[in-house]
Amino acid sequence: MERAGIPTAVLCNLVSIAERVGAPRIVRTRGIPYPTGDPSLDADAEKRWRRQLVDCALEALQTAVHEPTVFEPGETRVAAAAGVDHA
Amino acid sequence: MARIVHYINQFFAGVGGEDSAGAGPVLLEGPAGPGRRLAELVAPEHEIVATVWCGDDVAADKVDEILGLVRSADPDLVVAGPAFTSGRYGLACARVVAAAHQAGVASVASMHEDNPGLDEAGAAAVVASGEVARRMAPSLERLAAGVGRLLAGHTLTAEDGRIGKAARLTVVTDDNAATRAVDLALVRLGGDAAATEIPLPRFDRVTPAAPVADASTVMLALVSEGGLVVADNPDGLESARATKWLRYPLENRDALAAGDYMSVHGGFSTAWANEDPHRILPLDAVRELEAEGAIGGLLGEYFVTTGNGTSVANARRFGVEWAADLRRSGARAAILTAT
Repeated sequence: MERAGIPTAVLCNLVSIAERVGAPRIVRTRGIPYPTGDPSLDADAEKRWRRQLVDCALEALQTAVHEPTVFEPGETRVAAAAGVDHA
Repeated sequence: MARIVHYINQFFAGVGGEDSAGAGPVLLEGPAGPGRRLAELVAPEHEIVATVWCGDDVAADKVDEILGLVRSADPDLVVAGPAFTSGRYGLACARVVAAAHQAGVASVASMHEDNPGLDEAGAAAVVASGEVARRMAPSLERLAAGVGRLLAGHTLTAEDGRIGKAARLTVVTDDNAATRAVDLALVRLGGDAAATEIPLPRFDRVTPAAPVADASTVMLALVSEGGLVVADNPDGLESARATKWLRYPLENRDALAAGDYMSVHGGFSTAWANEDPHRILPLDAVRELEAEGAIGGLLGEYFVTTGNGTSVANARRFGVEWAADLRRSGARAAILTAT
């Protein structure tokens, strides 16, 4: 999808695999069976966590990247890699 | 004079763009589109006797039908493309030449090495094209040269611009494996760290898409490989080794109620997903973004498959199809949840 020009934020827990296969925009989540949730939280806190994840995804979609780049939800700015500049 | 049948898509056949992507396949007499220039380049020794075209949306699944039309023109060689970096077209070209090769008909395709179809060409030859159609002229020249070499009885190599899986052939060497291993070790110790007898598969390097300048003006899509389908899985999405993807409506929905949706993914416990489907598809949070104006809108349906032992070839195809679908519907960015 990225190759076809659709910026795509992949929300996943297996970040190392996403990096290895070359996904350009990766948002780190908390568990394999619940990419956009966290059942250990109460309902309100889980909803806030999900909102942080999609906020982070939006940030990723608006950021120019040149290589697989990991975006950490809950941080205002990207922690990662060389080659990141904000659009 | 050898008889060549040329495979192209609906666009290069001059039939139409996305509006005609579901049409075909159709057999035409003689060359068409880029085949006209290719015919000049291979003449007078060889002739394009027929052209088969098919729409990009359906071609990859109609390879048998396409091959039937191709063979009805009795070809000595099947040529497909150039497909440049066009994903659906590249998949179709690769599958057509692979099927022809398997049926005992010599074949060659032309596409860029980043084309996701490249790995599906099997043992058939693929020569490199440029990245975009603007590179048509040099791409056809290289393809024509490859056609000439093939029809003269040669095997195409990297010198001919061949890309993709290297053909492994049995050859007799003067030195046994032990001697060659030591020689190779010495070459590597001498500084050529890349020397090898067996080139390893390259990693698929994806050129990232440009970011969206302002998400508040952009229609977003939700897509997932988490196997989330409507209750009872009426469309039969596979729990593993998926061969298809499905679309379900999101219009007029602000939330996904437990019981209305279920995950059929066979690679993890789906108890959490079934308890709250938003754990796979964050519709509630994205509706908040929409209400706040942080995104321009949300596409009225989501796409879903199961990412569990899914073949790379199928996964590539899903990605190509999703991207084409999103382009048509006006979505410009996506959130992909992955389990």
